[in-house]
Order: sequence, then C-alpha cells, then structure tokens
Amino acid sequence: MGTARQAAGVPSPLVGEGQGGGEPRRAGSPPTPNPSPQGGGESDLERAHSAAAAVVDPEIPVLTLADLGVLRGVERRGDAIIVKLTPTYTGCPATLAIQLAVEAALAEAGLTAARVDIVLAPAWSTDDITEDGRRKLRDYGIAPPARGAAVRSLFAEETVACPKCGSTDTSRISEFGSTACKALWRCEACAEPFDYFKCL
Amino acid sequence: MAASPASLGAHAGGNPTAAPTPLFTYVLALADDALVLGHRLSEWSGKAPMLEEDIALSNLALDLIGQARLYYAYAGEIEGLASGAGRTEDALAYLRDEQVYSNVLLVEQPNGDFAVTMMRQLLYAAFMHPYLQALQRSADTRLAEIAAKAVKEMAYHLRHASEWVIRLGDGTEESHARAATALDEIWTFTGELFEMDAGERDLVRQGVAVDRETIRPIWQATLDRVLREAMLARPADRWMQTGGRKGRHSEHLGHLLAEMQVLHRAHPGATW
Repeated sequence: MGTARQAAGVPSPLVGEGQGGGEPRRAGSPPTPNPSPQGGGESDLERAHSAAAAVVDPEIPVLTLADLGVLRGVERRGDAIIVKLTPTYTGCPATLAIQLAVEAALAEAGLTAARVDIVLAPAWSTDDITEDGRRKLRDYGIAPPARGAAVRSLFAEETVACPKCGSTDTSRISEFGSTACKALWRCEACAEPFDYFKCL
Repeated sequence: MAASPASLGAHAGGNPTAAPTPLFTYVLALADDALVLGHRLSEWSGKAPMLEEDIALSNLALDLIGQARLYYAYAGEIEGLASGAGRTEDALAYLRDEQVYSNVLLVEQPNGDFAVTMMRQLLYAAFMHPYLQALQRSADTRLAEIAAKAVKEMAYHLRHASEWVIRLGDGTEESHARAATALDEIWTFTGELFEMDAGERDLVRQGVAVDRETIRPIWQATLDRVLREAMLARPADRWMQTGGRKGRHSEHLGHLLAEMQVLHRAHPGATW
C-alpha cells in the first residue's frame, strides 16, 4: 500500500474524503440549477479519467492503468464520480494497491466526490493490454502476451519470443512467476531467463 | 468457558438463527471449497520441492483465496438481504467453526507428499474447470461474473496439475508408485463433488446452479486422458466418503481452521 501511495505522490488517499475539504461539495443539496451534462460535469469526468488512467501498476511500473486495460470507464452517479476498475487476477494483491493509488490520484486532482468501483464483467483479458502497453512491456524485459492466447486449447503449446534477442527458440520453466501475472521462460538462443505475461 | 448458551452462540461467529437461504448455502459452499484448498496450498509456501513450484503453489493458493473472497462477499450480501444483517467476508472466513464449514472433504485432506497434493489438485481442477464454464451461463448475474473470472485461472490450475501427474506417473518407479498410491487414497473423497441437496437442486431448476451430474462425463474424460498418459488408471466406482457439505469433517479441518483463524480471533477487528 505504501508503494501505491508513493507512486501517486500523496501521503494518504483517504483522508479528507467525504469531509468536504478541497472543492465545494453539494452532497444533500437539490440538483444544481444547471443540469446539462455539458455544464462543467464533463470536464470533471475527463479529469477523473486522466488522473486514473495515468496511475501506474505497482508491480510493473512501466504500465499505466490505461495501458493495462483495467480502467473500465468513468461516470457520474448523482453527485459522485465513479471510476470503474476491473481486477486482473482475482487474488492479485496489487488490486487493492491500485485502488488506493487511484483514490489518491483523484484526491490530488481535487476530485473529492470521486470514488472507485470494482467491476467484474466483462472479465479482464490480457488482450485488453494496449499496443503501447505491449511495446513498453517488451522494452522492460517482459515478453508481452500473445493475442488470443487466453482461448488456446487447454494443452496447446505456445510460441513466445525472447524480449531481449527476439528468438522464438524459447522454453517454459514455469507457468507461474514472481507475481500473479507472470510466467517464467528461458531463451535457448541467448540463454537469458525472462518473464512472460501470463495470458488470461 | 462459563458462557451462557446465548453468548456461546454469539461467539461462534454470530451464526444467525434464521434459516439460511439456499442461495446463501450454495455460494458459501463454493467459497469454503476455494478457501480451504487455497489455505492447504499455501502451506507449501517456503518448503516446496523446488523454487519454481514454491512460487507456483503460492500463485494457485492466491487465485483460490481471491475467488473465495468474491464468493464470501456475495454470500454476505445475500445474507444481508434475507436477514438485514449480512456478515463480512472476514466474519465468514474467520469466525465460523468447523461444524458450519461446508467444504468437501477432498480439499481439506493434508498435503501429504507432492503426489498427493498434485493428485488432489487434478481431481478438483478437472471438476471445477468445466463447472465454472457452465456457471458462466448462470441466471444469477453475479455468479456468472465470478465464474467468468475464475474459469480463466482454473485452466492454469488444471494444466499445471495435469502436467505434474503425468510427470510423476510416467516418471521413475518411485514417483509412479507414489502417484498411484495418492490416487487410490483420495479417490474416495471425489463422490462429494457431485452431491446436491434439495436447495441446490432447486437452484439448478432455476438456472442458477449447475447440475453437478452433467459435469461427471467431462470430468471423467479429462481424468482418463491425463491418467492414461501418466500410466495410471481411473479407479473403479466404489463407496465414497461423505459429510463435508453438512459440516461433518475429517479431523484435519479443525487443525487447518485453528491455524488460519487464530490471529483474527486473538485480535478481533485489528487492522494494519
């Protein structure tokens, strides 16, 4: 959790929330005289979206939430702005860290009425990682997931290119790696071990 | 120890007096299966036969505990709708006693040697993978969503366990003997995977739960394929152990829960 807060550069994401600090809040007040969706609300939504999209994954700090494809939308519900996130792996400890980091980023942007909702459907897939995200992963030394790999048949073999030398003469050491999202591979050409993104 | 019956009841995790709804009972059983097996696998952390497997087993445990959390949170919401006071996922996991845990006996069996752990994992995952595939079409949206998430992880569990059972069964004389013994010893716990009480049968009719009997041919076909390659054979049908779903457990669950729950019970409500 400390990591997430440091990543967002804010000491505590939760302090101040719901206390009316920062921007004026309208909680409990009747609808504003200007109910138009364009009436200032849209820019708040956009700011919330940019703030959340720029948060980085605590375990793969080169990827933003936008790259990862876990940001599932930002919407207004009553007075609140709801940022919808979806978890990558159900048991991934980074899910909470990411949620706290997004709350911190929203607070930093002065959006005190914004909160995070975790949504399950549609279930996240490694296909949701953007092209930009895939390039960043490769540069970082992690082989990006093959597209459509999640639907391969149960016992089919995969071909994975080494992120260091590009050779496809690689072999799997273990389908489970240092975090919930990585597998361990080895390149037979350059003899380097490397991480491969675990396909879902 | 000198507590009155009333306070004793309250202490036992605040088990509500109102009869639980069939949906609550059903979701809780899914949760208990996942949590107990997840905890069992976590016992390998730090002492698996090799580093890669240590990491793999911890990953599997994490997946299952993550899935259990989704089920517990939902069970608590169902209970809240029915009684006005639903328990949290922590209360359901940490403050219920052995007699109200409804996991199947298979998942609470001790890890044994590596062959027992992998065989138990194969028998469970070969059932749960097609079960979750079917549950994705549940009339209950939340269950369908959880299943769609969990089935992807379960594919990894099934592949991992299958590869190990093949490696052990088709390995050395020693590993083959151990794999065969493991299969023979825990086969008797597989009958419970197909048990459904009246409440669950009602949920099947409503399209909420999956008819476990429809999973049997898929489960058997997966096992046959893996076991044949492992130079092993699926045991013949025989008398099966039962009781877990009704809270009648083997001696092993009490020890597991004691270790899992002691910290939470010693420091109620503690956070960090």
